[in-house]
Amino acid sequence: MFAFRLPAPFRMPWRPAIAAAAAAVGIGLLLHLAPERLVGQSRAATLGAPADLAATGLYSDPAAQTVDPAHIAFAPQYPLWTDGALKRRWISLPPGTAIDATDTDIWNFPVGTRLWKEFSFDGRKVETRYMERQADGSWLFATYGWSADGQTAPLVSERGRANAYPLAGGAAHAIPGVADCRVCHLSGPVAVLGFGARQLATDEPAAGPGDGAPNPVLRKLAADGLLAGLDPRAIAARPGGTRLERAALGYLHGNCGHCHNAQGPLAKLGLDLRQSAADPHAGPKATTLGVPLKSPPPGLAPGTVARVAPGRPDLSALPQRMASRWPLLQMPPLGTALADAEAVEMINRWIAETETGSAGDRHQEGEEG
Amino acid sequence: MRHRNLAIAALAIAIPVVAPAQDAPSADTVKRGEYLVTTSACHDCHTPFKMGDNGPEWDMERALSGHPESEVITEGAALSGPWAAASSMTNTAWSGPWGVSFTANLTPDPETGVLRDYSEEQFVQAMRTGRHLGQGRPILPPMPWPVYGQMTDQDLGAIYVYLRQIPPVRNKVPQPLPPAAQSN
Repeated sequence: MFAFRLPAPFRMPWRPAIAAAAAAVGIGLLLHLAPERLVGQSRAATLGAPADLAATGLYSDPAAQTVDPAHIAFAPQYPLWTDGALKRRWISLPPGTAIDATDTDIWNFPVGTRLWKEFSFDGRKVETRYMERQADGSWLFATYGWSADGQTAPLVSERGRANAYPLAGGAAHAIPGVADCRVCHLSGPVAVLGFGARQLATDEPAAGPGDGAPNPVLRKLAADGLLAGLDPRAIAARPGGTRLERAALGYLHGNCGHCHNAQGPLAKLGLDLRQSAADPHAGPKATTLGVPLKSPPPGLAPGTVARVAPGRPDLSALPQRMASRWPLLQMPPLGTALADAEAVEMINRWIAETETGSAGDRHQEGEEG
Repeated sequence: MRHRNLAIAALAIAIPVVAPAQDAPSADTVKRGEYLVTTSACHDCHTPFKMGDNGPEWDMERALSGHPESEVITEGAALSGPWAAASSMTNTAWSGPWGVSFTANLTPDPETGVLRDYSEEQFVQAMRTGRHLGQGRPILPPMPWPVYGQMTDQDLGAIYVYLRQIPPVRNKVPQPLPPAAQSN
């Protein structure tokens, strides 16, 4: 065995792990030590980003932090878990434009579309993320970090910011760098993740007054002329399955489908958790139930052989990865420091109630990313 | 069926295959990739060391094939004092606060080569982000991706092209081991 002091070329990658001592591996900090030059192509994504949040046009009265009433507030039905943060979201389309919704699953947003997502912990605003569609069709990504007094939100470095807010168990919420923004938003067919046919549908209508017609949000957006070419069947659609199945597969759509889909760079994995409006559950079930692991990641429980082993959550890789925050096992691999315990429990219940499908012995290509 | 296969094979021999120009890497690109791989310390960790007449030297019959699967390691090194990390005799297994990492098989073996599922773009992104496939789990220390991530797209692309045409070596590298105190 050779033992070393830190040779210079290798110091940077794991120095943070040492600083964090044995209690935490700290691999997640690596990105934040990367020099400015590392972001390479992603740098272009922040060029032109306004210097502070107010300059993006979110507020009609920045001093009072009054959100411009022309912006549309929205909430996806299956939100992304971000360590329990409360979120508010808005979208703005240039006047006179509409989203091309001809392809129900792949909406095309007009140049000049802007979206904001505000993250709060314990009642305190921590960051607001911003996307804007550029003239060349690309997307600008930027994040604004709130001052402790909640009065100002200047642009955060494209490298992001670790330790932006303390969480339980010594963990911390990290403001993502632009490279991380791009990983989640540019790994599927549409960069906008929370504003689409599936996320704006209403799979579980709230009890109470209403006309009982399905998908009221989609219906109103279409009626307002903001969704051009939307297939009326998308407005009338109701997904099948049990309530638990809808919740489980919806959660996977909102938390995993932006990377694990059939169109992006990970398509070769054959794990499609992004729902289609026409048949939301078909792809996710066909690519999980009984599907064996070709290259199991380290740290799985002995005997785990399938992404989802029907009836056996304890032998299913998917909930184990959701429940882990060991960097080599955890899913999603970025954007969260705490596991979503309620979601893990819900997914486990779904798996326990799921009967063996017809997935058989399909052989999947690629690493279990 | 056999006759049909033979017929197809005969056709394949008879018809010259002309690959599109953009699919065939240029000799200059391959040479550039080879130059970068040999001068950027890739062999230091991805080609196992063996003991030669002059001490440890690369085993070029296993060039760039990563930690040998025959070298089974089940636990990390016990370190104390100022020491933070240790490597195996082959220089292909590294132990530190992150657990034990094993260097990857960079050869184009279709079953055990780590790049079998990588496009060139994903390889470039992996070096830029330090994540598998450019977006997955973190690439473990001591892989100095922050250094290589500063290369140009052209140079990283040349490395990828070179690695995709070196002799394949079948060698299934083990998965990393977690830190001793790690719980999932």
